[in-house]
Amino acid sequence: MLARESRTTLLDAVTAFIYREARFQDEHQYEAWEALWTDDGVYWVPANGDDIDPEKQMSIIYDNRSRIALRVRQLMTGKHFTQTPQSRLRRLVSNIELLDAQPGGDIVVGSNSMIFESSLRDDTVWAARNEYRLRHVDGELRMAYKKVALVNNEKALFTLSFLI
Amino acid sequence: MNVMPRASQWEELIRPDRVHGSLYSDPAIFAAELQNIWYRGWVYVGHESEVPKANDYIVKSIGPQSVIMTRDEQGRVNLLLNRCSHRGNQVCSYEKGNARSFTCPFHSWTFANDGRLVGYAFPDGYEGQDKTQLALGRVTRVESYRGFVFGSFAAEGPTLREHLGGAIETIDRLVRTSPEGEVEITAGFLKHRVKANWKFILENECDGYHPAFVHSSIFGVAESSIGKLYGGASTALTRDYGEGHTEIDLRPEFRKRDVPMSWFGTTAERLPDYTARMNAAYGEKAAREIMIDGTPHVMIFPNLFIAEIQMFVIQPLAVDDSVQHVTALQFKGAPDLNRRLRQQTMGSVGPAGFLLADDSEMYERCHRGVLARNPEWIFLGRGEKRERTDELGFKVGHVTDEVPSRGIWRHYRNLMETR
Repeated sequence: MLARESRTTLLDAVTAFIYREARFQDEHQYEAWEALWTDDGVYWVPANGDDIDPEKQMSIIYDNRSRIALRVRQLMTGKHFTQTPQSRLRRLVSNIELLDAQPGGDIVVGSNSMIFESSLRDDTVWAARNEYRLRHVDGELRMAYKKVALVNNEKALFTLSFLI
Repeated sequence: MNVMPRASQWEELIRPDRVHGSLYSDPAIFAAELQNIWYRGWVYVGHESEVPKANDYIVKSIGPQSVIMTRDEQGRVNLLLNRCSHRGNQVCSYEKGNARSFTCPFHSWTFANDGRLVGYAFPDGYEGQDKTQLALGRVTRVESYRGFVFGSFAAEGPTLREHLGGAIETIDRLVRTSPEGEVEITAGFLKHRVKANWKFILENECDGYHPAFVHSSIFGVAESSIGKLYGGASTALTRDYGEGHTEIDLRPEFRKRDVPMSWFGTTAERLPDYTARMNAAYGEKAAREIMIDGTPHVMIFPNLFIAEIQMFVIQPLAVDDSVQHVTALQFKGAPDLNRRLRQQTMGSVGPAGFLLADDSEMYERCHRGVLARNPEWIFLGRGEKRERTDELGFKVGHVTDEVPSRGIWRHYRNLMETR
């Protein structure tokens, strides 16, 4: 385990990273968001529970790094009509905890988020438990894994075409 | 129109080349559809592979109603209403599982998984009561074809085979993609809700006019060859099988390519295990033909859409509220193909899918659009003058023509005019 002081410093850095990610998502800064990923990043939004096997069961999103890039490129065409016009978004992120931070290993972080989306259809509230694996790459924190477990992922969901 | 529609109104609302906007937005018409389509005709409910073992169950639906599909101890598939015969409480609260019986939590009435009432609490209060009169409600007729289970609430009427009509061949074609001749539904469903009438979904499934525009964003960035299939120069066809069933037949384009597995954007060499199993099962010549033609793109009226690599089930909840249930098709004996089918399905459909997020946006915008009045017609005349009849007698047109929509509305009018 890390000493208390370095743990506090790390938590500060992780919190700043997660707030920055949230701002990039809310403000549709797609390229800046994509740059937060490591080369082996995995972006996962499970369906029908939080602990399904994504290799066997359908997920809402289960993107490897190239599919993350494809998702971003589609958003940037300006012809992805579900995001033309873009949803207006603001999210609150809280309960940020370091769940595992062994020296030399990925930093496992948990957080909760609540997102208010205003789109042509209506206003929608999304709520989720998030799990990250963060890693220092060239001195900067990067996401190697982000899992977004929506509270209502067992139900029928409206279109989820912004970055969650 | 705020009263139940009269039979004569249907011919006013549904014309050969146009339909009235209120058909998508009037709650009275939705109520009439529940009665004449969803609670009378054949509706797809589930697949036998979703309840593989004795006592397995899974909760499905017919329209807004919850239906429990069970496999009883004798191995028969039952469609039971999720409604206690006592006070109407839902007896099953889990999506799926394995249970010999369902006990209602309200007053502890217990039903066997074939629907029989087997017991109630404090039975002395029901002296002389015939338990057989208090079984769970059930879908009156249940039939399956190649594992696809359909239900009808009408005691009499066309058989399932009669309902499927010419479209039955598309299901035969589908299962041949498996070296063992069977589809399996095992990957779980994504459930995608839209604030739109269910018929926008129904009509879009075989609309070959929209992909070049609605999906241009993903076709462009993914360097997909799918766009060409729906272009002006495409030789692919739209087809109206009658009974409301419609198809986009992409085989003419795939046959021109003459490359096995090109329909799935891959090659036989990349799927060596699958190719070997297909050759062993069907012989090299037939296997090659199957692997060139690919799987069908067919909309089985009113709610089963087989879309090459995935399957959708359309569920209407209200006049302006619908759910698309979607899962990857899985073919028995084809694990390497199945893995890719799951990956492709997750990318393209569901709430965050590259394709379906945009389709669903169109459904919702159309729904808001048709609330406008004067002009209040939807124009469906594309390709009317160049429709022709194929060798089997079905209407066909260019892939971008509105043959499917016109076929759907012709059938719909028949159903709605029938008392």
